[in-house]
This record gives sequence, structure tokens and C-alpha cells, in this order.
Amino acid sequence: MKLGDLAHKIRSKNAGPFWVSVDVFCEDEAAFTRLCEKLKTEAVAQALGTPTQLTKRFQIEHLNVIKFSFPRRIPQGSRLDRDMHGAQFSHLLAGLDIPA
Amino acid sequence: MRTRVLIPSGVLGLGFSREALARGVAAKPDIICIDGGSTDSGPFYLGTGTSKYARATCKAEWRQLMIARAALGVPLVIGSCGTCGADAMVDWMMEITRELAKELGQSLKVARLYSDQPLERVKAAELRALGGINPTLRGNIVALAGAEQMQAALETGADIVLAGRMTDTAVISTLPLMAGAHKGAAWHGAKIGECGALCSTNPTSGVVIIDFDESGFTVEAMEEGATCTPHTVSAHMLYENADPFILHEPGGHLDVTQARYAAQGRRVRVEGSAWVPSPDYCVKLEGAALVGFQTTVLALLRDPRYVAHAQEWVSKLSAFLSVQISEHFSGESAVEFRIIGLNATLGDLETGDAIPNEVGVLGIITAETQAQASEIAKFINPHILHFPLTKNEELPTFAFPYSPAQTDRGPLYEFTLNHVMPLAHPMDAFRLETEVLA
Repeated sequence: MKLGDLAHKIRSKNAGPFWVSVDVFCEDEAAFTRLCEKLKTEAVAQALGTPTQLTKRFQIEHLNVIKFSFPRRIPQGSRLDRDMHGAQFSHLLAGLDIPA
Repeated sequence: MRTRVLIPSGVLGLGFSREALARGVAAKPDIICIDGGSTDSGPFYLGTGTSKYARATCKAEWRQLMIARAALGVPLVIGSCGTCGADAMVDWMMEITRELAKELGQSLKVARLYSDQPLERVKAAELRALGGINPTLRGNIVALAGAEQMQAALETGADIVLAGRMTDTAVISTLPLMAGAHKGAAWHGAKIGECGALCSTNPTSGVVIIDFDESGFTVEAMEEGATCTPHTVSAHMLYENADPFILHEPGGHLDVTQARYAAQGRRVRVEGSAWVPSPDYCVKLEGAALVGFQTTVLALLRDPRYVAHAQEWVSKLSAFLSVQISEHFSGESAVEFRIIGLNATLGDLETGDAIPNEVGVLGIITAETQAQASEIAKFINPHILHFPLTKNEELPTFAFPYSPAQTDRGPLYEFTLNHVMPLAHPMDAFRLETEVLA
């Protein structure tokens, strides 16, 4: 299944001009626990086009949220930037295949 | 001792519910705090020293807040005036304040806190890199003030403080800190409130009140029906934050790892956050500088064959133009095409492969002058209108949505710094002025 079908909501947003953060909201604790195991940082980093070692991962239990933050390849608003607020990166994660 | 802070909205210019503001005023806050800016909208505003929001909108909202302030007899403060917080924008807010004071018949003491950084100061400083960019020491630079500078402004006894660039949080945390509130709570509550009612179930209503005391803070949304829940409040720490537990400020950082969120009716009580002082005092710098001028050109491809081969068509067109432009034009320039409908948003990261009905081909030309960018766009014009996919075919004609097909976009700015600057004394990089409007 796709992550977009398994997660309650996925959003991404710029966090200052040099970082983007993606929040994966899970429906409940069970979904959160399962996704914490199935969703690999390597796969997320690859989808976002960022090195795994620069990708920060946070698992926030009381919110059932898995959060990834990564440095932008192109700083916000620079000539080659395509999405000022970085809000479309979420769709890359939504398209990730999650093994059963 | 309790300090009650009224926050009308996340930023001046975004709007707030008047009814909610009235309820907030009735709750008799000790101060009204609002943010005026952010880098959220990109480098243009700092590069030009201008506001993202319309003057008329800002003035209309500031009028409401000045009326509320006069009724309460408490300070009204705004941080990061005019989006970028440059000196020119502090003066812009001063002009608006002056007009309103006259229109409303108010006598006021106004403090202005300036954050612009002369290049010489930044060049002489031992900057510490936060990563992501090599410093470029030109263009406009501001430093983000913290609670120490806002405290200096409040201690002048000003009725209104117009601050240049400062952290969104320090606008709110300063008075509670001065009153002896729990330091972790002061900064955490400020972070929760900095976007107004975004921490509630009704984000667009704007107005929230936060009570700070010696052990924590309590947040409440003022709009009828809007509720703060432990979930809406704690989830706000995720928003626009690379790290949901740590927030760096001048002089230290906030750590909310141990924070506990408890529902109290429609309010939320938060305790357990910690303030961790740093060994030295640093302020973050923001810079933006001119890197060129742009002209765009847009053509629409509807022919199914061209739509199916849009990427190939753009590659061939780019190769052709690149040779021609280097022959006909001197000076540095760059031409980039984005295929709207295929991958304009995500570029090489795009994984979708659906073929759309049509695609837009957006050409972005960047050159050293506007005239040159415009000239290159004019040169590209007939080619982007008629360029054939193969040599031996009738010349196609694509759609131009308007005349002329090219649009001058003006100057392009880029962020130039992601650094902090150590200061021996917090006021070393900031300037404070007061004025009485009678």
C-alpha cells in the first residue's frame, strides 16, 4: 500500500529558508507503531532526494506523528527553487510503497 | 504573578475576528503582542526592504489594536515590522502609527527597535555557520533580536513598541520573563502563541490569550466555539520547526521534551518545558542580496503529440536556444524551462507519469539587467511559439495566453546567510529610539 493510504494526513512545510519538514500523522497508536517499523528513513530520504545521514527523524508518541526534516537542496526562493514553501514534498511521501 | 498576553493573530495583515478581539480585550491582558514578519515568503522582502502585506490592510488592523491598547492602557508591541523587519519597515510602521495617532486623537510614547546590520559589523564578526550556505556579505542584513532587546524597549515606558526583525517568540515571551514567569514556559507559550489561533480548532479566528506564571502557561482561544486541546497545542510544535522539541533563541534554547499538556475545559495548561541558557550570547542573521533580473515567457502545448513528447521538445528547444543565445548575447544569463503538467513543482523528484490534456511551458530567463532578460525573452518568443519537434514537419503554433507572451518579473534576490553572530552585549547590534506623539 501507499503511505498516503495508510497515514491520516501528510504535510510538508518550509522550516526557515534552508530546511523542510514533513509530518506523517497516523490515525491511532496502532497505525503509528506499525508505520514506525515499516517506514524506513532510507526510503524517505531517497524519495525526497536528500542524503539519509542529513535526514532527521522524530517519532512523537503522544501525537502519533513521524516527522522528517531535511536540508533543502536549493535554498528557499533561490533561482532554481520550484516550491517556495516546500508544501508539495508531502506528495512524494504519499506515493511511497509500504510493504505489507 | 500572572502575566496575561493577548495575541490578535499570527501576523499583522492576516486578519482576525473582531468579536474574538473584543473578548480578548475584555479579559484585561497586560500586553498586546503581534508579529509582523517572517522569512516564510522568501528573500524578496528582505532584499527590497518591503512588506508582503498591503499597507491598507496593516493600517486597518493596527487601528483596531491601537484602539484596544488605548482602552486597556497597556503596551502594544509588534516584532519584525513589515515582513522583513528592516529599518525601513520600522519607519513604515511608524508612519502608519503617526497617521493613526492623529486620526484617533491619541497621545503616545513610541519606541523603535532597529535590527539592520551594517556590512562592516558583520564582516568584523566571528560568524558561526548553521550550514546550508556559504556567506555572501552584501545586500541587506538583519539580526534577530530576542527578549533582551525587547525588554530594553519596554523599559523605556513606551505605549507602543515597533521592533525590527526579532524572533517570533521573543515578541511574546519578554513581558512574562520580566515579570518572573517560568523561563521554559515563557518561551514555550510564546512558540505556541506566535501563530495566533493556529494552535486551536479554529486557526483563522486569530485571537488567543496566554497566561504565564511561575510554573507554566495556559492558552485559550478567544473565538466562540474555538477550542485549544492538548493535541492542537502540542501539534503546533511541529509546525515550521525542523526539530519539534528544541527551539533556539538568542541566549539559549527551549527544550519541550518533558512538557505535559493538560485540558482544562476549553483551555490547555502546559508545564515541564525547560530553558537551557547558552554559554555565550548569539543572534541569528538573515541576509538577502540581488542576484539578477528575470523575465518569464509562457507557452501552452495542446497538440496531443507535443504533449506526449513535451520533455523531449523542451530538451531540443533548450539545446537550440543555448547555442543561439551564446552567439547573440554577451554577459551572464540563464534560461530554464519548467513543464507545468509534468514536473514543474518537483523536478527530477517527480514520480507521477500521467499524460495531461495540455502542458504549460514556463521559461524563466535570468540576466544581469532587466533589459537583457527582456531582450533574451523576445529572442525566445518566436521559437517557443513555433519550434518543431522534428526537422521535417510543418511549423506548429502553440498557444500564448496573452500578449506579449513575456513578463518582466523584476529583480531576483537570494538568501545569503544562515549564521549566528556572537555579541558581548545584547544591545551591541541593535538601536533603540523613542518618540512622543502628542
